[in-house]
Amino acid sequence: MSVLVFAENIDGQYKKATYEVVNYGKKIAGKIGGEVVVYTTGEADHAALGQYGADKILVDGDSRLSVLDGGAYAKAIAKAAEQSGATVVVFSHSSTGKSLASRVAARMEAGLVPGAVDVPNTDNGFTVKKSVFSGKAFAHYAVQSDKKVISLTPNTFAPQDMSGAGAVESFDNGLSDADFKVKVRERKKPEGGVPLEEAELVVSGGRGLKGPENWSVVENLAEVMGASTACSRPVADSNWRPHHEHVGQTGGTIRPNLYIAIGISGAIQHLAGVNQSKTIVVINKDPEAPFFKAADYGIVGDAFEVVPKLTEAMKAFKAANN
Amino acid sequence: MKILVCISKVPDTTTKIQFTNDNKEFDTNNVQFILNPYDEWYALVRALEIKEAGTAEQVTVINVGPAENDQVIRKALAIGADDAVRVNMDPKDTYATAVQIAQYAKDNDFTLIMTGKETIDYNGSSLGGMVAELMDAPFISYASHLEMEGDTAVVTREIEGGSEVMETGLPLVVSAQKGMAEARIPTMRGIMGARTKPLNVVEPVAASDLTAIAQYELPPEKGDVKLIDPENVQELIDLLHNEAKVI
Ligand SMILES: Cc1cc2nc3c(=O)[nH]c(=O)nc-3n(C[C@H](O)[C@H](O)[C@H](O)COP(=O)(O)OP(=O)(O)OC[C@H]3O[C@@H](n4cnc5c(N)ncnc54)[C@H](O)[C@@H]3O)c2cc1C
Ligand SMILES: Nc1ncnc2c1ncn2[C@@H]1O[C@H](COP(=O)(O)O)[C@@H](O)[C@H]1O
Repeated sequence: MSVLVFAENIDGQYKKATYEVVNYGKKIAGKIGGEVVVYTTGEADHAALGQYGADKILVDGDSRLSVLDGGAYAKAIAKAAEQSGATVVVFSHSSTGKSLASRVAARMEAGLVPGAVDVPNTDNGFTVKKSVFSGKAFAHYAVQSDKKVISLTPNTFAPQDMSGAGAVESFDNGLSDADFKVKVRERKKPEGGVPLEEAELVVSGGRGLKGPENWSVVENLAEVMGASTACSRPVADSNWRPHHEHVGQTGGTIRPNLYIAIGISGAIQHLAGVNQSKTIVVINKDPEAPFFKAADYGIVGDAFEVVPKLTEAMKAFKAANN
Repeated sequence: MKILVCISKVPDTTTKIQFTNDNKEFDTNNVQFILNPYDEWYALVRALEIKEAGTAEQVTVINVGPAENDQVIRKALAIGADDAVRVNMDPKDTYATAVQIAQYAKDNDFTLIMTGKETIDYNGSSLGGMVAELMDAPFISYASHLEMEGDTAVVTREIEGGSEVMETGLPLVVSAQKGMAEARIPTMRGIMGARTKPLNVVEPVAASDLTAIAQYELPPEKGDVKLIDPENVQELIDLLHNEAKVI
């Protein structure tokens, strides 16, 4: 028995979400027994995964896997699971992780819990909590099959350094050329900085900022805090901000530790993308703005006066605390 | 080429979520159901555009669900799908649902299968990948663009902070999101026409439920917002540091 973890690296770089998922594998192994086996590809600092709880690290050096061909990946991962006797396979609930988790689950005829927010409960069967109804509720999924696949919502648990050391081994996926069906024509690499979905701190602006020329108000605060920036849908639709910053029901879903919403009314469709944030701060000049009902802290005031002051105070705080 | 668009029925976004039977069931009283927005706005409309461009001859919508779903299925017909299929079962587990759709697609020679990026109720994002695996076809998820160049599909996949343009043959499963198409509103003619378009009901093939929802839970009520004097922003920083411990 073991837990298999898919560890994604992008061009040789492991991200925080990957360490989180290796850690999560370790927590599951602590409940069901057995070791944590990691499946990963290409060249990277694989040994670092040992620190986060990997007992064994299977490195698939097949260069054909540099393209995300889900069919090929699913075959390789399912083979790794079988070879290591894994009963639980874990992914990160990132865009890549989600699409592979579903394929691997179907291939292994394993029940899937997409977007888990807790460690499985094994007291009576195997149930996993996940967020449903766009953050408005949770559901506990009972997985009835012998094999289980889980994808973990990023930023659920902070990755802990367990100062372990994993044994790195090379893995032969046994794939033939016919297993590869997808080619990449063009890649627009993630621009520097932390992708919004993984950010711990997010500063977001809405239509209350009146126009793109005022965005330095948002950007200055974000920069001082080391936060990522986001926006409401009308802001992206009017091309004030790039589309990937749009959060909400039709945009990205984020789960930062801190979400600061400036000049955003807090429509239900906006909340759907941000209401899982651990702490929400709302700055709005209208005391009746619905967002205040979903907020932990609020300031009723004009963004153009309040935010620059907050930025200055944050700067002083940072200087004193570093 | 024939396109199969997977459509699901979900509670309207503004629904207040409540549970009954000791939090074991979703309370559907007073809930208004709609077509899942990603399926309607993006997957279905892009399929129709591909047909209008002459690359596909047929757009069929498929739903796995009970008879009461027929009303939302008719909406997809009103928007422009040629016909509809309903697999007559209560979809409780995504794998069992995927088995139905993959089987229907294979038996009826559909080579492009389109889904929405996720259902707004269970937020699974998983049906498309399962259908693809069961059909041994590629799956391109979170697609914001899809063009057919002869038998080759060119699809843009959105990833965290970036994107990739992928190329692949058919059969293919694509999950659609923002960017793929502009939502269409059904016309009066569409609505009238939808009444006479075929809505075929087929019985499910055997498939086991691999998961079941054991219990629901509402998040703890948010306490009242703590309001901070705009003249004293330092207080906010202190609270974020000492109380919320997020900075
Ligand atoms: C099906 C559907 C899907 C949708 N999906 C999304 C989505 O994914 N994401 C999303 O964001 N929206 C989405 N929307 C739109 C959503 O309903 C709201 O219209 C939108 O979120 C409003 O954006 P906003 O808060 O920036 O603008 P507004 O609602 O115009 O709010 C502006 C706010 O700024 C405040 N303000 C004005 N001036 C100042 C000032 N000087 N200082 C401080 N505050 C000020 C105002 O009091 C107001 O509260 C969707 C809508 C539908 C129907
Ligand atoms: N019962 C269903 N019948 C048909 N299609 C479905 C059904 N459930 C989900 N889908 C499709 O699969 C997509 C992803 O759903 P999910 O994996 O449940 O988030 C949806 O956007 C639909 O296109």
